[in-house]
Amino acid sequence: MKSLGSIRRSFAPWADASAKPYISFENITKKFGDFIAVDNLSLEIFEREFFALLGASGCGKSTLLRMLAGFEAPTSGRILLDGQDLAGIPPYRRPVNMMFQSYALFPHMSVEHNIAFGLKQDGMPKADIERRVDEMLKLVKLEQFAKRKPHQLSGGQRQRVALARSVAKRPKVLLLDEPLGALDKKLREETQFELVDLQHDLGLTFIVVTHDQEEAMTMADRIAILDKGEVVQVATPAEIYEAPGSRFVADFVGTVNLIEGELKERENGVARIEDGQGLTILTEDAGDAAAGDRVWFAIRPEKLKVSAAEPDRTDSNAAEGEIYDIAYLGDMTVFHIRLDDGRIVKASTMNSARVSQELLTWHDRAWISFRPDAGVVLTR
Amino acid sequence: MTGSWTRFNIVSIVAGFAFLYLPIVLLVVYSFNESKLVTVWAGFSTKWYFELFNNRGLLDAAWVTARVALVSATVATVLGTLAALALTRYTRFRGRVLFSGMVFAPLVMPEVITGLSLLLLFVAIGFDRGFMTVTLAHITFSMCFVAVVVQSRLLTFDRSLEEAAMDLGAPPVKTFFAITLPVIMPAIVSGWMLAFTLSLDDLVIASFTSGPGATTLPMKIYSQVRLGVTPEINAVCTILIAIVTVGVIAASVLNKRREVQRRRDAQAAMRV
Repeated sequence: MKSLGSIRRSFAPWADASAKPYISFENITKKFGDFIAVDNLSLEIFEREFFALLGASGCGKSTLLRMLAGFEAPTSGRILLDGQDLAGIPPYRRPVNMMFQSYALFPHMSVEHNIAFGLKQDGMPKADIERRVDEMLKLVKLEQFAKRKPHQLSGGQRQRVALARSVAKRPKVLLLDEPLGALDKKLREETQFELVDLQHDLGLTFIVVTHDQEEAMTMADRIAILDKGEVVQVATPAEIYEAPGSRFVADFVGTVNLIEGELKERENGVARIEDGQGLTILTEDAGDAAAGDRVWFAIRPEKLKVSAAEPDRTDSNAAEGEIYDIAYLGDMTVFHIRLDDGRIVKASTMNSARVSQELLTWHDRAWISFRPDAGVVLTR
Repeated sequence: MTGSWTRFNIVSIVAGFAFLYLPIVLLVVYSFNESKLVTVWAGFSTKWYFELFNNRGLLDAAWVTARVALVSATVATVLGTLAALALTRYTRFRGRVLFSGMVFAPLVMPEVITGLSLLLLFVAIGFDRGFMTVTLAHITFSMCFVAVVVQSRLLTFDRSLEEAAMDLGAPPVKTFFAITLPVIMPAIVSGWMLAFTLSLDDLVIASFTSGPGATTLPMKIYSQVRLGVTPEINAVCTILIAIVTVGVIAASVLNKRREVQRRRDAQAAMRV
């Protein structure tokens, strides 16, 4: 695959063949009665990585996390942490800590006692506990709330107490189950960056479970997309977005236009796809598809250019249609365009100027065009 | 709510409260009667209260009742809590439905039957009736009330609290005592108080299972009343009513205060 130069990464142990994974899920299957929550799943996570498990509810992501924490035992397969098989080790002896979706703050204990709870279990000397608790309170900016009980805190403060409690023991791995799920949108966006900074400062391995693709894209070094207990794709956010491995991934992360067709020929690095209704697409990135294959051409809305006049067709693909719907979102405008073959495509335009140059409106004739390197060809 | 004092409203309130409290008011008033005759008012006096403190029989009975209630409520609370834990936590064992049915059967069992069957058991195994047998009988029937109260609390208990404690390094037993028990403690305390009250006013089961030297206060009152009501009995009952009233008022004031505090805290949290 062509490397995606959009974000240069200095931290990429997964690309280094000599790097050893820190956590390995090896052929993990978990059944609850007849229901298969996790199906023969294998996954490798590296030290100091911020790893996201992304999927719809019921895809097995939380079960995976709970197996790592020790609350569930896999039906088959094994989990290795730093080379050690975790089978049979109870949750209270595992070097991982978890931040719960409900926060699970102890309601009868003050903030400082909540944070100190794990340290006390380790038999840490009292003076050290106090020092560590102060440090944690400072880290999450809750110094003046040390004596409060959880019910005397707002949602955002509770979230930070839960975070402080789970990192207080300096676990090798921190598991976060929908850590921002209960916060409102604004607070969630701020907290995403705080979490990334925290992970970086503490140098811990974070595994976060989320159903929110934006959250996963913002925070994670790599994302594993899960569906029906299986890993569909593991890649960096940019790769997931720009080079999805299947229609499921392309559709799950962000918005995508999918055009089904047949790959007619590949020549000089350019593939020609015909959809059988008069649309011909020339594309550079055709993956491993061969001539004669049934393929789906996937293109993101922001990569389609919308214009009133017919574009220059020598270097790009184009199609004509009528504007069917317009959604103005402030930072950008999304056009729904009905092509002349009846297909509806979405195209978005950044509103870089306060007043749009081209005043396209409902029922106007319009052209869409895109360059040969703007989309990807999917075979699954 | 806006309501006007129509004649109908006033009449129904007076009638309702009279129905509930007239007997009690009469009983209290006549405990201060000078005359020995319960039905004839002969002036105010507190002499029956002093008489009461010289009545060894009644005082002994009160002491027995207090001991029985304390011991049986405590043991029933421990057993009932354990039963509630087992029934809410281990939901997949064989015959669970049968077991939970059996734990709660005494709730609807007529007291006469519970009393009689216990009596038959004690006779069959040759257990001398007395303090022990009354206490055991009270544990038996009040345990299920505790189990019901504690179980309903456990059903809404957030299990992730326990998981969080274990995740932070606390073994299961430590988790139970440090997290589970303190969180469900209010339910356990109300269970204990319920068991205590049930034991305090039980007459039927105590009559079946008690023996010489272990007469409880309700039994004593009942047997004295059969020989004719004396103002002494009125005095005993007035004292009991006073204790119960003070208890109920204290509990509700405490509750109210905690609720107000909680609301104030929640508002303070929102402001920050």
